[in-house]
Amino acid sequence: MSAHTSNTMTITLHVWRQAGPNAPGKLEQYEAKNVSPDQSFLEMLDEVNEDLIKAGKDPIAFDHDCREGICGMCSSVINGVPHGGQVRTTACQLHMRTFKDGDAIYIEPWRAKAFPIIKDLIVDRNALERITQAGGYTSCHTGGVPDGNAILVPKPDADYAMDAAECIGCGACVAACPNGSAMLYTSAKVAQLAVLPQGKAEAAERVCAMVDAMQENGFGNCSNHYECQAACPKGISVKFIAKLNREYQKALFK
Amino acid sequence: MRIFNSTVGRKLLMSISGQLLIIFVLIHLAGNSTIYFGWINAYAEHLHSMPPVVWVFRAIMLAIVGTHICYGVLLTLENKAANPTNYAVKRQLKASFASENMIWTGLLLAAFIVYHLLQFTAKMTPDVAWTSNQAVVDVFKMVVTSFSNAGIVVVYALAMVMLFLHLSHGIPSFLQTMGWNNDKTIPVYGTAGKVISAFLMLAYISIPATILVGLLKL
Ligand code: HEM
Ligand code: SF4
Ligand code: FES
Repeated sequence: MSAHTSNTMTITLHVWRQAGPNAPGKLEQYEAKNVSPDQSFLEMLDEVNEDLIKAGKDPIAFDHDCREGICGMCSSVINGVPHGGQVRTTACQLHMRTFKDGDAIYIEPWRAKAFPIIKDLIVDRNALERITQAGGYTSCHTGGVPDGNAILVPKPDADYAMDAAECIGCGACVAACPNGSAMLYTSAKVAQLAVLPQGKAEAAERVCAMVDAMQENGFGNCSNHYECQAACPKGISVKFIAKLNREYQKALFK
Repeated sequence: MRIFNSTVGRKLLMSISGQLLIIFVLIHLAGNSTIYFGWINAYAEHLHSMPPVVWVFRAIMLAIVGTHICYGVLLTLENKAANPTNYAVKRQLKASFASENMIWTGLLLAAFIVYHLLQFTAKMTPDVAWTSNQAVVDVFKMVVTSFSNAGIVVVYALAMVMLFLHLSHGIPSFLQTMGWNNDKTIPVYGTAGKVISAFLMLAYISIPATILVGLLKL
């Protein structure tokens, strides 16, 4: 501990505070003192919250769960970039050593029409679930466990599907997109299933249903800015958006 | 119809109309370049010897430009509506000035196209008023006379900067919208978009510039 106290930092936070969905919100300033470089970003927020609670104030509400970069719950725009802008890193995996003593950090919620604010930094991301409910599945009869390798999947296709399946559904792509579009998320689900034999049967219905659901849930259109891929903590590639576009064209002629 | 209503369908219409406009831009450049070989009058005469073809072609071009503008405006309005609140701090990682201003570079191009048609097609602007009493308009003389005016050349040059910005995002973008893209081609298209649109800009500007500096004269 003593080794660390010498290089602890003081950081000024500007945090979006909003009491409820329709309440007006604004940026509030807080001082985070004795921040250790080894702390994660969320641990730093935990300590700020403890001080707020001790002072009888409302702690900052933020989403989190696994804190190991796999669940997709954490969600803050940190200094203008969803998850803070460290390549392939979720906010929970971001460490305070990437900041310097005296830094100012702006923390804001995901912003998009499809993601209404619930409180402070917490937004409602069910719109993403509704896109997946519209077609991000394969219909199959359950029964006995099929033999392994009964359906052959070429290795490159399996790898491609796994790359798409890395999406953790955090919504950073939507938060980063100047158009509030969910094309990266949607395309990852469409591509993952379209390339596998089990998913091919429903490929055309799926892409149409998921694209419609994206539109109905208030997401914007894709302008190919590629801001999503740059912000995605899983490095999901926009090549999947190209794949969605190809799948969509095939579906148009069905 | 799915293609006219869905978000991906409309982007396809943007992409296809954009590609047709790029083809037109290439053919138009080839036609204009005949001025360097002294063939521009022959080229213009050849075009206008077939009025029905010319009018069918104009109708098709109007439909293409109309589609491109309508969906461009519609998509832009929908995109603004889907992202109504700004961040207090925003650090852009990948989006560029060109990609964020497609609607403005596009609308300025539309304004330029109207001016360009009023000038050299309808011959209604002051610099070409002298052609009204000519039985056959000498296209070479008209172009050289108008481009001897520095103000007009500046307008053309600025319009071509808009074309450069629009296409430096438009070229990689239409390829992605068509789905003709993968991890290897993404960076290649980005560079190709800039190189091709810079070439088009410089090639188009070369004609008024050559005339203005007096290398090409009556
Ligand atoms: C006449 C006025 C024009 C307007 C208002 C306009 C507007 C737009 C807009 C708003 C977009 C972006 C759409 C989006 O990504 O959501 C776009 C894309 C594009 N434009 Fe234009 N534009 C115009 C003229 C042109 C011209 C003259 C060309 C070709 C020489 C062109 C070629 C393209 C291409 C290739 C794209 C990319 C399509 C895609 O993303 O798939 N545009 N235009
Ligand atoms: S594509 Fe990336 S940024 Fe978008 S939801 Fe999935 S993991 Fe998050
Ligand atoms: S809290 Fe689970 S990914 Fe960050």
